Amino acid sequence: MFFGIEWDTSSQWAFAISIFPILLHGLVVTLQATVVGFFIALALGLVLAALKSAPTRIIRWPAKLVTEFIRDTPLLIQLFFLFYVLPEFGLTLPAFLTGALALGVQYSAYTSEVYRAGLEAVAKGQREAARALNLASSRTFTHIILPQAIPRIIPALGNYLVSIMKDVPVLSVVTVLEMLGVAKIIGDRTGGYLIPLSMVGGLYLVMTLIASFGVRYLDTHLPKRGLSLK
Amino acid sequence: MEWTSYLAPLSQGAWVTVQLTVYSTILGGLCAFVFGLGKLSHNPLLKGFSVAYIEIFRGTSLLVQLFWIYFALPIMGQAIGLDLRFPPVVAGVVALALNIGAYGAEVVRGAVQAVPKEQYEAATALNFTSRKRLWRITLPQAIPEMMPTFGNLAVQNLKDTALVSLISLGDLAFRAEQIRNFTQDSVTVYTLVLFMYFGMALVLTACMKLLERYVGRWRAAGR
Repeated sequence: MFFGIEWDTSSQWAFAISIFPILLHGLVVTLQATVVGFFIALALGLVLAALKSAPTRIIRWPAKLVTEFIRDTPLLIQLFFLFYVLPEFGLTLPAFLTGALALGVQYSAYTSEVYRAGLEAVAKGQREAARALNLASSRTFTHIILPQAIPRIIPALGNYLVSIMKDVPVLSVVTVLEMLGVAKIIGDRTGGYLIPLSMVGGLYLVMTLIASFGVRYLDTHLPKRGLSLK
Repeated sequence: MEWTSYLAPLSQGAWVTVQLTVYSTILGGLCAFVFGLGKLSHNPLLKGFSVAYIEIFRGTSLLVQLFWIYFALPIMGQAIGLDLRFPPVVAGVVALALNIGAYGAEVVRGAVQAVPKEQYEAATALNFTSRKRLWRITLPQAIPEMMPTFGNLAVQNLKDTALVSLISLGDLAFRAEQIRNFTQDSVTVYTLVLFMYFGMALVLTACMKLLERYVGRWRAAGR
């Protein structure tokens, strides 16, 4: 029994059907962690990207080093670090939030590069034309650069959203009951790992197929010449 | 306990991590070429199998794959009368290699497709056999294109090896967890381990850059 739902081990089909709602409970947690982690990654990535394009080297270089460090170290260790070290500094977060924070930190290194690449991909002539037309630099950014950068940035961010979803199972090590963790516990208690783990694999395939379809749709349907922000 | 006393067990774990990374990256590279070229094959069976492999391993989580191979596969083997119980090292290397191989296969496919069509036409005009065309025309031009992405994938693979600690393989992440359980000194242990992974990643990146420069010479003709 798990989440108050009994499983039926009378036959393999009955077992699969009876554990499906239990896995769906885990699936909801997986999606929640994905979304929360993604938004943390979006925000932190923006901070990192801003620091990396700061006018002085004293800010720029440490920001680049931090990004590289985050990108080159495993999510699992970062998660353990946050899980065990934050409480020592008096900050005790629930496991779910710690996990989402770890995902956000890991992926902020990637999202910050997406922002940077997206902004740099806007043709130089656009900036020059804006200056020739005597546009203030803040207006150039919000009306010229950003509208053209966003259609490039959004599909790339979408790909990282899918990656985050595939990394959520790591959170099970700090007792977050996401889908794989739930399947593992069902396996531990019944001895039948094959059916729950295969079902998790299948559900993941369905989710990533839907998500990559969505990303492709965005990629082809966002106006390449710029998204009006008005 | 002094932090220096952690170094001996941690470097033992780091050595396991290095070995895992090397074996699974090489095996994964092999998978990448076999299935990347398989996806471009005209043989529908080979093509279908390659596409299925790539979609399944890119579409699911590495940890799901690892647990499936380590926990679920033996049960399936029992059902069909085969002994598919693997020791953690084998399960870990296989899962890592199959996972990174699927990502690599897409890189191989992309790089091979990026070789200009004229090159193939010229090879056909010169009466090259298809095997000779692959070895002498396609790969020498496609491999240098793959190298930067392969470098990223190798670092990705190094980071992913930390997950095999979850099937009780004594790598760096596993040793770190052991020491933390024993000493409760999590700040020191995990800071050290983060820097060790970072150091290994820097070395790996440098190695991949060297390899990139080496295969870059293939692009220039003259052989």
